[in-house]
Amino acid sequence: MSGSYYVPETSKWPALGSAAVGVMMIGLGVVLVHGVGSLIMALGTVAVLAVMWFWFRDVVIESRQGLYDAQMDRSFRWGMGWFIFSEIMFFAAFFGTLYYVRTFALPWLDGEGAKGIATLLWPDFTASWPLMNPPDSSISGPHDIVSPWQLPLVNTLFLVTSSITLTVSHEALKEGLRATARNWLIVTLVLGACFLIVQGVEYYEAYTHYGITLDAGIYGSTFFLLTGFHGFHVTIGVVTLAVMLARILKGHFSRDDHFAFEAGAWYWHFVDVVWIGLFLFVYVF
Amino acid sequence: MAPKLPPQHPLEHSTATTAGQAHEHDDHHHYGGPGGIKRWLLTTNHKEIGSLYLIFSLSMFFIGGIFALVVRAELFQPGLQLVQPEFFNQMTTMHGLIMVFGAVMPAFVGLANWMIPLQVGAPDMALPRLNNFSFWLLPVAFGLLLSTLFMPGGAPNFGWTFYAPLSTDYGPPSTTFFIFSLHIAGISSILGAINIIATILNMRAPGMRMMDMPLFVWTWLITAFLLIAVMPVLAGVITMMLMDINFGTSFFDAGGGGDPVLFQHLFWFFGHPEVYIMILPAFGIVSAIVPTFARKPLFGYASMVYATASIAILSFLVWVHHMFVVGLPLAAELFFMYTTMLIAVPTGVKVFNWVTTLFRGSITFETPMLFSLAFIVMFTIGGFSGLMLAIVPADFQYHDTYFVVAHFHYVLVPGAIFAIIAGVYYWLPKWTGHYPDERLGRWHFWLSVIGVNLTFFPMHFSGLAGMPRRIPDYALQFADFNMVSSLGGFLFGASQLLFVAVLIKCVRGGEKAPAKAWEGAEDLEWSVPSPAPLHTFETPPDMTSQAPQRH
Repeated sequence: MSGSYYVPETSKWPALGSAAVGVMMIGLGVVLVHGVGSLIMALGTVAVLAVMWFWFRDVVIESRQGLYDAQMDRSFRWGMGWFIFSEIMFFAAFFGTLYYVRTFALPWLDGEGAKGIATLLWPDFTASWPLMNPPDSSISGPHDIVSPWQLPLVNTLFLVTSSITLTVSHEALKEGLRATARNWLIVTLVLGACFLIVQGVEYYEAYTHYGITLDAGIYGSTFFLLTGFHGFHVTIGVVTLAVMLARILKGHFSRDDHFAFEAGAWYWHFVDVVWIGLFLFVYVF
Repeated sequence: MAPKLPPQHPLEHSTATTAGQAHEHDDHHHYGGPGGIKRWLLTTNHKEIGSLYLIFSLSMFFIGGIFALVVRAELFQPGLQLVQPEFFNQMTTMHGLIMVFGAVMPAFVGLANWMIPLQVGAPDMALPRLNNFSFWLLPVAFGLLLSTLFMPGGAPNFGWTFYAPLSTDYGPPSTTFFIFSLHIAGISSILGAINIIATILNMRAPGMRMMDMPLFVWTWLITAFLLIAVMPVLAGVITMMLMDINFGTSFFDAGGGGDPVLFQHLFWFFGHPEVYIMILPAFGIVSAIVPTFARKPLFGYASMVYATASIAILSFLVWVHHMFVVGLPLAAELFFMYTTMLIAVPTGVKVFNWVTTLFRGSITFETPMLFSLAFIVMFTIGGFSGLMLAIVPADFQYHDTYFVVAHFHYVLVPGAIFAIIAGVYYWLPKWTGHYPDERLGRWHFWLSVIGVNLTFFPMHFSGLAGMPRRIPDYALQFADFNMVSSLGGFLFGASQLLFVAVLIKCVRGGEKAPAKAWEGAEDLEWSVPSPAPLHTFETPPDMTSQAPQRH
């Protein structure tokens, strides 16, 4: 190793970023607890986004100046890889919740199991999934569910296709076919945006027609937890890939040096795999 | 440049090159960046960030300690004397949260920041700006957490485990802010852990294989993996709490089809690996100090690595032992009882290896060694009481008594905290260029040992006699034990002021330390000058020629 590892001298973005995160979270807390302060929250959010913009801009500039060697590239790869692993564990907690509720919590509430005393709380309760009638009658459950073979199937096709188109774009970039890479990346972005629009339509229908709401008992809770965080991650992915498109248009990336693009692609495939899990366990089964 | 030098002992060789560099640039006294507070806000240097972490951790240690002393003062006698039960609950909760997330974890990250690049021959951490971000999130998180004390309804009062529905349906309004502070601290931990893993896997000096790494590096590699695996689960469970509190969901509400027991599963799936997060780096520190002062290589290096990995894997399979009395199927209780007891095997391997390293060594008893030896003895006591708690029928009796409090304080105070203190004494010469005051250090050690045992040993007895945890008042028969515990607590707390005195003295001056400050110290950090210059190993040392020293 050559001793060329680049250690930036100083940077104001980390400290400013921490402060921005603090303002944003305090603002959100004040909104939730006291019902005021949305301006603080908005300012904090804008500040967080601004810091991300400038921090990433510094990294892009340094990368374009050729300050990063192969070892730095591996640092980024390890960093992104372990970050995605942490995201997998985040979703694992939510999938575990879904599994636990369906396999243990609801049957136990229905009196199953060695102890079977939980049934004393709500003797009339019958376990079912999706849970249409929560034990406590003051909580009104959903009266209908989203059919997996309509909008969710369409969305599955969108996301799976987008993973393929992104791979085509990546291969093209590696071959030096920049126009092809650009075009397939645009197709990917359109598919991602379509997914988000369809998800929005689905949420609207769930809330207005099916009675699937956050406070409709555990079915609504898990439904929105899993699909909501997934949708949020798709949004991050779309923004990331949009930045990659802008960088391609500005002439960034070479055939063998484009880890930012690759990291975005890793993230996109991760979001896609999570969706497959959602489609199977939230919608189909 | 390295291969051109004549062959010599690799450690001396790297001394020569780095010392030479330091003279060349004179960067040991010269600092080109901004001065004053901006230097600390903007820094990307692993040594400066390490110091920030350690100072932050020490201040949290004292704040959390004051909360503990409020608890001990109230428990000095039966009856309510000083505080109201509501405030007492806030004190036990905040004590636990601050000590776990604010004191112990940042202290280990601080040591990792300082020492891992030095021990693997790297110029800095792999991602220096991210490193600074990880640190500066912590003051934000804990400022927010401490501010809940002044909010209407008071601070969190449901214990550091924040079980639902105590924290969701019955918690104070500040619970939402508590959740956000944990989110921020969790982001800090995950980013810090990613950085540490990337540093260890990617920044080792050429020729340093994985099995050449010092055990502190190995234990941190495995700890960082645990952090990345479980901190997101904590983030998930507190997010579900947040939604139950603010958005009407039913995750932990049986009335909506959820389950409060689900909270406990998710929390302890995080919480059990978390206790190993707080002890594995301690194993690494002790595995550095014991061979140094026994002047023998560590016995069973490879088995130490495998034992650490086994503990980490098992840590994902034991979480239910925290929930034996919650009402679970018998098969689950049996499975988790046996997996828990299995952890005694790799832990036993470690204790055996430390003791065997001591066997026929030329032992001297400098302060770091004293704390390490106390660690081995008292951590083992805490391990044994853990084995007792692992037995399901016995745990039905011990659960939620002071026996549990005694157990986890034995593994955390003379366990994790003593190891951190030992590490600080051990590496202070490298950080400051001066030896810590040995006489004050000994006073600090003996008062701490006496204080810790006076505080926590009687809790075994009061617990076995049936005294419940987290209660501000108690039956008369526990009065004597509690009085002893309280006196011990104040002794331990006061003796930590000596630690501060040692630190200040050592930073200001004292006996000058050479590069290799301890006679038996062999790792790479002792090849750079003391105090370590701001930038070290800008050109990585070549470790290929180094004879295998560990096995």
